Amino acid sequence: MNIYRIYGLCLRHIYLIFGSLPRIIDLIYWPSIQIILWGFISKFFTLNSNYYSDTIGVILTAAIMYDFLFRTSISYNIMFLEEIWSRNFTNLFITPLKISEIITAITLTSIFRALIGLIPVSVLAIPLFGVSIFKLGLILILLLLNLHIFGVCLGILVSSGLIRFGPAFENIAWASLFLLAPLGCIYYPIDILPTWLQHVATALPLVHIFEEARNILINERFVLQNIIYATSLTLLYFIFSIFIFHIFFKQAKKKGTLMNMGE
Amino acid sequence: MKRLENIIEVKNLSKQYKDQIAIDNISFTLQKKQTLGLLGPNGSGKSTTIGILLGLITASYGTILIDNIDITSNQRSKILEIVNFASPYTELPKRLTVKQNLEVYARLYNVKNIKKRLEEILEYFDLEKLINKKTGDLSSGQKTRVSIAKALINKPKLLLLDEPTASLDPVTSEYLRKFIEEYKIKHDISILFSSHNMSEAERLCDQIIFLKKGKILLQGKVKDIVKNKNLEKIYFNVFKK
Repeated sequence: MNIYRIYGLCLRHIYLIFGSLPRIIDLIYWPSIQIILWGFISKFFTLNSNYYSDTIGVILTAAIMYDFLFRTSISYNIMFLEEIWSRNFTNLFITPLKISEIITAITLTSIFRALIGLIPVSVLAIPLFGVSIFKLGLILILLLLNLHIFGVCLGILVSSGLIRFGPAFENIAWASLFLLAPLGCIYYPIDILPTWLQHVATALPLVHIFEEARNILINERFVLQNIIYATSLTLLYFIFSIFIFHIFFKQAKKKGTLMNMGE
Repeated sequence: MKRLENIIEVKNLSKQYKDQIAIDNISFTLQKKQTLGLLGPNGSGKSTTIGILLGLITASYGTILIDNIDITSNQRSKILEIVNFASPYTELPKRLTVKQNLEVYARLYNVKNIKKRLEEILEYFDLEKLINKKTGDLSSGQKTRVSIAKALINKPKLLLLDEPTASLDPVTSEYLRKFIEEYKIKHDISILFSSHNMSEAERLCDQIIFLKKGKILLQGKVKDIVKNKNLEKIYFNVFKK
């Protein structure tokens, strides 16, 4: 891998973000709205239920973490779509860039984009609702890293579809995360799901990540097993998504969809 | 001995999409410092040939050597460092400035001493006053200059141009033709371009290939083909048959 080229592609997206104030505002606006909404909903639950001693803390932490995953994945897709929308796809794919370099560059830039949204909302939640995701301690880094890599996997899978099937695949890009949200057990424990769905859900790292976050916040204890499951599954999905990308890239070259791809 | 002089060697190239043959067993070479024109009507296989040469489309059959390297080998990056491409059907990111776009591409092509190369290329294309303008805000003539500047950022040995003057106004088209003529003389570059414009091909090319439905109908040196007729008349004669 060539760091020089990776930096070049990162730079293309960094210039794009910092070249437009509305773009930066957009990155902060949606996560903030999401957190404020969830903040008030959970405040209502806190006042009317005694199930959790810290309902607002649990739900809001989950909302912030889920939003981080959402932003990572959407950022990944948007960066790919940007090349299609700007009709720059061909120019990019005829440079000496390797697939591994493209994936690395977009992964690095997507964490940057996601953090632009995550940091302000995490800080905002402290004075507004008295909730700090930093309560999760150092484990937060591991949980966020898992969420980021899983978000990247989803991004790679959707990008593979865009390459293989063209811009028509765009709608799937937007729908992909909403499909996984109910199964991810973000706001509720896995026991809520019907038994057969529980088997499906445990195959997702999200279940273990959010289970662990709840564990720390409610039971105040750390279960290593959750982190091991989450990390192993995330790595498996990562390998799988890269494999799919390579296959779809090969098929796209056979079909000729890479030439003049654009809206 | 002859092989060393060729920048492109294409042998028995074919491309088939399901039940449609896009390229049908074509062979040609392009010698270093020469210009080859791929001419033919829409759907004749010009863009597909360029796509295959760029590694964006996989050939169904045949071999292609670029600078003596097989494009199916695992040296794709090495080949693409000496090749570049421009086409009115592709654009540079509109929201990036001219300088940002050229800087990004300089990095993607591993250009050493970017600052110096940017200064050279901006001066060459008279783009200094436009460096901080967003590419999307440029006129079509200015965009063409930036697009060609990007295509030369890595000092390519082989430049591929897909219908470079299509949809350009006459002034910009003439600027581009003149530029190609002058650049070829001063630099060690080989050019392959596709076009519908016969007078342009006659003026710029050393060799031409007439393609129809993926097959070569005629190929050779322009001076041997044209003789005392013009290329447009020959084109009509060939394609009438």
